[in-house]
Amino acid sequence: MAGVSRLQYTTDIKLIRVMCSGRVDLEFILRAFSNGMDGVFIGGCRLNECNYVTHGNYDALNMVLLCRKIMEHIGLNPERLRIEFMTSGEGLLLTEVINDFGKKVEALGPLGKDDDIDGDELKSKLEEVRKLVPYIKIVKREKLASRLENEEEYDGLFTREEIDELFRDVVSYYIDPDKCTACGICFRQCPVDAIEGAKKQIHVIDQGKCIKCGTCLEVCPPRFSAVKEISGEPVPPPIPEEKRTIIKKSEKRAVGNA
Amino acid sequence: MVDDKFNQSLATNKAVHIFYSQAVPLIPYIDDNCLYLKDKKCFACVGVCKNEAIDLHQTEEEIEIKVGAIILSPGLEPFDPRVRGDYGYGMMENVVTSMDFERLLCATGPHEGVVLRPSDNKHPSKIAWIQCVGSRQVIEGGNSYCSGVCCTYTQKQVILTKDHNAEAECTVFHNDIRSFGKDFERYYQRAEQLSGTRFIRSYVSIGKEIPESKNVTIKYATADDGVKEEEFDLVVLSVGLNPPGDVEEWTDTYGIELNSHGFCKPNPVNPIETSRTGIFVSGAFQGPMDIPEAVMSASGAGSNCGEFLDYRRGKLAKERIYPEERDVSQEEPRIGVFVCHCGANIGRTVDVPSTVEYVKTLPNVVYAQEQLFSCATNSAQEITDMIKEKGLNRVVVAACSPRTLEPLFWDTCREGGINQYYFDMANIREHDSWVHSKEKEEATQKAKDITRMSVARACHLEPLREIDLPVNKTALVVGGGIAGMTSALSIANQGHEVSLVEKDIDLGGMAKRIHSTLEGLDVQAYLRDLVRKVHQHQLIHTYTDATITEATGYVGNFVTKVKSERGVTEIKHGATVIAVGADVYEPTEYLYGEDDRVITHLELEEKITKGDESVINSRNVVMIQCVGCRNEDRNYCSRICCSESVKNALKLKEINPEMNVYILFRDIRTYGFKEDYYREAADKDVKFIRWEPEDKPQVEAIEEGGQPILRVTVTEPILGQKLAIDADSLVLAAAVIAPAGNGEISQSFKVSLGPDDFFKEAHVKLKPVDFAADGVFLCGTAHYPKHIPETINQAYGAAGRALTLLSHDIVTVSGSVCDVKEKKCIGCGACISACTYGAIEFQKTKQGKKAVVNPVLCKGDGLCNVKCPTGAIYLKHFTDEELESQIDAANPEEEMLQEIDAAVGDG
Repeated sequence: MAGVSRLQYTTDIKLIRVMCSGRVDLEFILRAFSNGMDGVFIGGCRLNECNYVTHGNYDALNMVLLCRKIMEHIGLNPERLRIEFMTSGEGLLLTEVINDFGKKVEALGPLGKDDDIDGDELKSKLEEVRKLVPYIKIVKREKLASRLENEEEYDGLFTREEIDELFRDVVSYYIDPDKCTACGICFRQCPVDAIEGAKKQIHVIDQGKCIKCGTCLEVCPPRFSAVKEISGEPVPPPIPEEKRTIIKKSEKRAVGNA
Repeated sequence: MVDDKFNQSLATNKAVHIFYSQAVPLIPYIDDNCLYLKDKKCFACVGVCKNEAIDLHQTEEEIEIKVGAIILSPGLEPFDPRVRGDYGYGMMENVVTSMDFERLLCATGPHEGVVLRPSDNKHPSKIAWIQCVGSRQVIEGGNSYCSGVCCTYTQKQVILTKDHNAEAECTVFHNDIRSFGKDFERYYQRAEQLSGTRFIRSYVSIGKEIPESKNVTIKYATADDGVKEEEFDLVVLSVGLNPPGDVEEWTDTYGIELNSHGFCKPNPVNPIETSRTGIFVSGAFQGPMDIPEAVMSASGAGSNCGEFLDYRRGKLAKERIYPEERDVSQEEPRIGVFVCHCGANIGRTVDVPSTVEYVKTLPNVVYAQEQLFSCATNSAQEITDMIKEKGLNRVVVAACSPRTLEPLFWDTCREGGINQYYFDMANIREHDSWVHSKEKEEATQKAKDITRMSVARACHLEPLREIDLPVNKTALVVGGGIAGMTSALSIANQGHEVSLVEKDIDLGGMAKRIHSTLEGLDVQAYLRDLVRKVHQHQLIHTYTDATITEATGYVGNFVTKVKSERGVTEIKHGATVIAVGADVYEPTEYLYGEDDRVITHLELEEKITKGDESVINSRNVVMIQCVGCRNEDRNYCSRICCSESVKNALKLKEINPEMNVYILFRDIRTYGFKEDYYREAADKDVKFIRWEPEDKPQVEAIEEGGQPILRVTVTEPILGQKLAIDADSLVLAAAVIAPAGNGEISQSFKVSLGPDDFFKEAHVKLKPVDFAADGVFLCGTAHYPKHIPETINQAYGAAGRALTLLSHDIVTVSGSVCDVKEKKCIGCGACISACTYGAIEFQKTKQGKKAVVNPVLCKGDGLCNVKCPTGAIYLKHFTDEELESQIDAANPEEEMLQEIDAAVGDG
């Protein structure tokens, strides 16, 4: 209604259409900041007034609450991210909110200026967090899908400590070269093709590609138990390519005898 | 400047204007304030219109249209208190009607949603509403009926007022609070519990206008404080609903009869039928009603016309044939961009030619041009031609909101031989020129930005198939009461087979226990006739003593297993109508079940019909209202009980005028024309005594002088004293409750229940007979308690909605649904719990369990996409790549990089 009513608001905002605010991905927000956007605004229907039965605006709210804590964690002012709920008839409210948000963001200045972090460092931190988006979605799945009853709950849904912990205890997966038999199960099941391997070649996880979903750990047969979950310590370097060929014990012996 | 009629003359307008900002069509017109039309003085508008669209010499013309049926939906008019000068309206500036106030609250209103009072344009902080203005009045110029909507719209206005200004003090002076609609009781509580709001039950009069402040005083009385006079900044008169003003002409033109109130006189067994065959009525011309009832009757009128004109169905329809779709999936994106001036709407603010020039520099854009109106037929043709001529495989139109015109441009793309999902709209009107009208440079830059984002998105668009599902052209109706039978007959009368499933051994439902309506309809005779018609109809197959054991499938293709006296039957059907009705609460209070003299209102009706002496010979009959509802357990009003009790009271008075009949009530909710019967009962000396929930009537069985006595004690509110009545019969208005089986049925058909276990419609106001699940419809008391005529309205409504599906051979499902990249799925199930529609399931594969989407059930909200950690499940047409490309292109820096890339590429 803001448009039809010719209500005037700041030209700083550009809108991207989604069919439900619940479609807005954590990655979208982080990506926008990575790209140098100074503020991100999400508009959804009023809570409990979903036109369907999905109430996706709650999902959006939870995601925003999480994202704001992440922003705090990396030293980015969470005021740069805002979510508001309104009906399509509330043009005036939209105008007020957008103008207010525009002013706030303008006062904060360009990204990194008023924040606890400078531009370049921020960019690399954002990149780091973006790599962890799949992991965050897995670890915080239940909270992200919860339905909040009142405003006090909003404040407490995600805590600073929780987010600090999330990033401190981030896990990695590593294949123990002594135990891997190159059975190929994890290689085939990895959803993002992050596992290098071939027949009789010890499998190695490409940590750059890995999204930490844990599928490899889950599917590695218990009799091998080659995949390890590592937390709080560095991942051992990958075994050099020339040492990856598996030699059966019998063959080893044969080699030794020769 | 002339009065802005749409804004209740609280603002001004010009002779050339758009009626209101959501008007359809949204085009300006010239009204009779035009100086040329008045005195042939001015000609200015003709000169400035570039399209020569203004012709001041147009004259009225008569057009003859031949039709087979007519639906009358003339609506209503708000009561005008000016006529009698009610409550100082028209004399005191700060006395406004609720319609005036509605405009004041509205963003498109006279002060753009800022509430300012008329006398001095200041924020009123103390506002009073006076209820029943022009309603429930038998004095000259008033309406005797209850308008039915004012209590709740006032509560809405209170809530909105508090939204605007949390400090505002809101006072509502009311008679009965009539929150009889679905969820209205909770809504009333919400309004009442806001801080600074008072609901005061009192008749009022206006004291005076204070000359200095123009504040208005109201005199009222309360039981505790007696008569008071209080000052308010603004007084809102909650005016009722009148029939349309020119209704007499309507009757002359259409030859239909009116009732004594000037509304349409309906057929007693079908409120949609007028007194003239082939002319139907929907909406408030049937009588005062709220939006959902109006929508129900509108769909119902459609079904009535469908029955009436069934022999001609499809005779005028033409099939649209599109050219064959070109496969462009292997081509590089070749984007054509069309930038619309929208007359002056965009062009006045945005420099369209420079935007076109800019767009031409963007990667993958092979063609760009401007258009005066992209939506005009010739412009759309131009787009189609350019798609062919330039070999475009993507189209971007930079114009207005996709909400209205996207379907048109989809069509344009298909005409050009490309898939319609290769289209994107950049909204440079609502999101740009209209909201930045004074910042031409910035707006032009933004138009370029928005279009660039759209072009970036267009590069990633993919052709999508819309799924055409065959429609099984039969319906299943669950429930064989009045709702189910009416719906089944209407569907069958339009040539579709219907399976009618009833859990009892015979048809009729709750109506078997109702003998007459308040208006005097012989329900049993009507019911016999209805059952006979159902049994005789060749297209209706009835299953009685039936239970539904399993229901699967989706819109157009349901499969339901029914166990009945015919054995187990598997029924395939395209549409489903849920009409399972409701039950009566079995009271545990007021000695019901312990003392034979205590009965329910339905039992009383039965006893009256049978001439039961214990009832007929009673000297004192006491009725207690709201038994089992409007309490903590069931926080709703059962809607029908007040009328039921008034009906029974009138019958008893007819049998024995000397009988003392007491109705102990909280609020009498005889809404609409039923108010007349309430008045009749009061006139016949039925005694109405109001009680408060904190001080319920007390019932005790005692003995006095060797006589067994059933003593009812209630506080008489006017005297403030306890009144003891020795009742020969005590009648409890037991609540209407949702049947216990609703849970199973809701799960079987994947539809939901509301907080009181009645079925939950897709939208409480706008889709009252639809479910969120496609192909399933709702009617009767399964939705909420309602009277028989209301049930019939909705039953026809459900039939009408079912017909919109069944009359087609195929149903098309949007291409913008979710799908799964199987390799990426790790079987975590996050998507399954995110989907409200049950559209995602696990399927076993060699690589473990993987999610699969049923595209027919998917509604394309994309919540699953966001929850998926690996990006396996994705929403087509709103993929991560598509949206991220827009995000990336939003930033001018990125744009510069792109330009550098492009330049390097060229080098």
